[in-house]
Amino acid sequence: MTELQLLTWARGTGLNIALSIFVLGVIWRLVEIYGLGRKQDLAPARHRDGASGWNTILRRSLAPPGLFKRSPITYIGGYVFHLGLAIVVFLFAPHIKLIQGLVGLSWPGLPSQLIDLVTVVTLAALLVVLWDRIVKPVKRYLSNFEDWITWLVTFLPVLTGYLAVKHLFLPYTTLLALHILSAELLLVVLPFTKLFHAFTSFGSRWYNGAINGHRGVPT
Amino acid sequence: MQGPLFDSFAGRGLSRRGFLKYCATLASLLALPPSAGRAMAEALAAARRPSVIWLPFQECTGCTESITRSHTPTIEGMIFDMVSLDYQETLMAAAGHQAEQALAKAVEDNKGKFLLIVDGSVATGLEGAYSCIAGKTNLALLKELAPHAAAIVAMGSCASYGGIPKANPNPTGAVAVSDIVKDKPIVNIPGCPPIPVVMTAVLAHFLTFGRLPELDRLGRPKAFYGETIHDRCYRRPFYDQGKFAKTFDDEGARNGWCLFELGCKGPVTYNACAHVKWNDHTSWPVESGHGCLGCSEPDFWDAGSFYKALSMPANPLKTVVPAAAVGVAAGVAVTWYNRSHKAAARKAHETAGVADLEK
Amino acid sequence: MSASLQRGINVLKEVIDAPVASFFNSCVHCGLCAEACLFYLETGDPKYTPIHKLEPLRRVYEQEYTLIGKLMRGLGLAKPVSDAELEEWQPLVYDSCTMCGRCSLVCPVGNDIVYMVRKLREGMSVSGHAPEGIRGAVKRTVEIGSPMGVKWPAVQAVIKHQQAETGFEIPIDQAGVEYLVLLSSMEIMNYPEYLGALAKIFKKAGLTWTLSSTAFEATNAGIQIGTSDIARVIVKRIVDSAEQLGVKKVISPECGHAYMAIRWEGPNLIGRPYKFEVIHVLELLDELRKKGVLKMKDSFDEPLIVHDPCQIVRRGGVLDAPEPLINTVATHYIPIVDKQKMNWCCGGGGGTSAIHTEEAEALRVKAFRIKKRQIEEAGVSTVVTFCANCRIVIEEGFDHYEMNTQLLGLTELLAEHLEDEPEGVAS
Repeated sequence: MTELQLLTWARGTGLNIALSIFVLGVIWRLVEIYGLGRKQDLAPARHRDGASGWNTILRRSLAPPGLFKRSPITYIGGYVFHLGLAIVVFLFAPHIKLIQGLVGLSWPGLPSQLIDLVTVVTLAALLVVLWDRIVKPVKRYLSNFEDWITWLVTFLPVLTGYLAVKHLFLPYTTLLALHILSAELLLVVLPFTKLFHAFTSFGSRWYNGAINGHRGVPT
Repeated sequence: MQGPLFDSFAGRGLSRRGFLKYCATLASLLALPPSAGRAMAEALAAARRPSVIWLPFQECTGCTESITRSHTPTIEGMIFDMVSLDYQETLMAAAGHQAEQALAKAVEDNKGKFLLIVDGSVATGLEGAYSCIAGKTNLALLKELAPHAAAIVAMGSCASYGGIPKANPNPTGAVAVSDIVKDKPIVNIPGCPPIPVVMTAVLAHFLTFGRLPELDRLGRPKAFYGETIHDRCYRRPFYDQGKFAKTFDDEGARNGWCLFELGCKGPVTYNACAHVKWNDHTSWPVESGHGCLGCSEPDFWDAGSFYKALSMPANPLKTVVPAAAVGVAAGVAVTWYNRSHKAAARKAHETAGVADLEK
Repeated sequence: MSASLQRGINVLKEVIDAPVASFFNSCVHCGLCAEACLFYLETGDPKYTPIHKLEPLRRVYEQEYTLIGKLMRGLGLAKPVSDAELEEWQPLVYDSCTMCGRCSLVCPVGNDIVYMVRKLREGMSVSGHAPEGIRGAVKRTVEIGSPMGVKWPAVQAVIKHQQAETGFEIPIDQAGVEYLVLLSSMEIMNYPEYLGALAKIFKKAGLTWTLSSTAFEATNAGIQIGTSDIARVIVKRIVDSAEQLGVKKVISPECGHAYMAIRWEGPNLIGRPYKFEVIHVLELLDELRKKGVLKMKDSFDEPLIVHDPCQIVRRGGVLDAPEPLINTVATHYIPIVDKQKMNWCCGGGGGTSAIHTEEAEALRVKAFRIKKRQIEEAGVSTVVTFCANCRIVIEEGFDHYEMNTQLLGLTELLAEHLEDEPEGVAS
């Protein structure tokens, strides 16, 4: 298979398969999880401003008092790579073009040199959190095959995207094909692994806020 | 400077200085040092008119057209005076049995030394019957002649990779020359058609150094196919700024903005069009307002629409909406099962007392 | 003797709901929950990571309620939870978890881990994997009436003694009054002054109240062990008595799990709302403070810090009452950094103080170091709290580490410094 054929497959059949599995998986899993429902809490609620599910969705993004200094790498590394991913995925012009092609929405992007910088920082942050996962006893203890694989599947698109734009190691067409394929791999894997927290953490935070908010405790 | 070629140039008004300048240009295009330009000049001038046999297979003759513009005399045309073009069906005077004899004689006289140029793809369907010359299949002819050639030049995308005939569904079983011949040096000069000067530079290199120039992983001369159109495109700043033409006659198009959204395949196409250009540096597709088709890449005809940007899906995403429906169905089915499973567990509940805390 | 793995798994299937599913699917193994758990922090042993304590529940969820999980089990790629595993998890789910809920506050994806520990205990208990100490407390509560085996006659003795000591009446089984007061065995046996203090305060405030001879015990060991059926039986005694006596409000004492049981779990256990309100004794005191009824005759001037019991503050929601009450009586209250809902557990809640194995006690002693550091860093020698179990556990800690710190109960402290009745008013 030539590199252009690989690219055409990745842009064509591959994209179709990946997006289909992604959409199917996300919907199925969301319904599977939230369809279980929750019994109504019959105890009379204690109302308190700021104690609710919606509040917690936002507030849980901040480190609770005292926690930051106990694990700064988890917070800093985590924030940097999440924000970095968001910036690179949603504010890089070719990606915006892709989204525009798929759903019709578009918005201005950032200059490509800034994206380059953010990409390098994101790659570094991903490597740092990997190292931390290996080195810290709790994280190492908890980690299993799924943790390593999901890290790899997140790292590869960022890496291959950067290599493609910079024309490093392999011809551009090949790198572009690999980049698209790695992003498709990420899409396919996402609904069925811990990466699904991209969707469920909102529900989880909401439940946390609601359950504790019912008792008047803002979390 | 003495020699048959130079005399013929001089006869047409080309000065020695002009000829030296041309050879220096060729050398520079090939990224060779200045001394090579001099070496080329001497070699070309003294060239003993090596034999060149040109076989046309499943082609449109576009490659020949591109190379042999003769309504305005070009140096490319003169170079062809310089080689002994012993067989070229479009250009030769002979026809019929005379032509066949000319071919046989050329092969016999120059065994092991002639340069074989092929344009058009090789049909392999029905044992090659789809494309025959004088009752012989292209496939048979190629297999017969290739062993006696010094080197093979696959001219154009069809000979290099199969080109248009190979496009889906490939009814004739078209393949590239390099798919048939495995034991000869082959240089691919893809393009639909290729740029004339690329052809000339390769010939010049061969004549000067007795071998083909440095080739990339797809057998193309690195000097001309080493970079993408995108990386040499003069409209690249607009790409970087996000300024795209959205239709062929809108404001962006008239302002000369990037043609990415109109399907330009520049980023994935390796060729020299953006800096060497066509018609003696006159223009090239993007400069004329049309996106690059990617015609020097293998299977460019099957790489999605010419007018669909690279960021667009190559085919319509037909299964995504049905997949969503399946997802809903699966989710609902699983939830229905889950809830009844949970209800069954509730039903099976045995009220626990103190005794039930111990095994 | 009919606990079994099958019963355990069945009850886990009953209690798994959408929040549980959402939580397990959100966990990214970041380990931050461990950084909030006193058992991990004081031992450094990663097996005490809160989310890890829930592993059996996660497997049951995955294998019963997800298509992929079911498939994996069907194909033999995932093993069902075994009895041996539940046995292995017992010290993780009980000995090293007080259900303090700190982990639920810090999880970045929002997992409410303590919510799930409570559910896992349902399965652990009826499969026979709850610690013997807590089982004993449950047995005593159900069969005798209280986890320490205290019976009504013992309570009556305390009531008599407190009435005599304080000179205030302590009504029993009075119908139609405003408040039914509940007690905990700990208080009755170890801190009986609490009862006298209440009597004084109620008299001062002019409120009508009563105790109940059939429902004096507020502690609910059923919740600590995690068996809702048993918790229901215990809480129902209170509900029945309160509704029978026709009181308007039920007062939950200074006991953490009692408050959780009667205020929050109760209506869900019996399947309907109450016909009365539940308030915590501190909430009542705060109401009285706001009305100006709680006038102090003098103040407590030594520097002190407050230990906020987990079940009342962080998990129970009584966030605002304690500090103003402290400031009413103390002149030198020092707010600490990890206070109120971020407070550190005493290490003895959730039933752990009832587990008397060597390992469990050693673990609690280690965990107490975090409280010890808090007190030392504040540089005080007085701690005020409002949960009888916390008081026992903290006093044991002081003993072990030979600390010269005094521990006071908030209600008692208030009563001690409360203005006396003017002379001549009949009590």
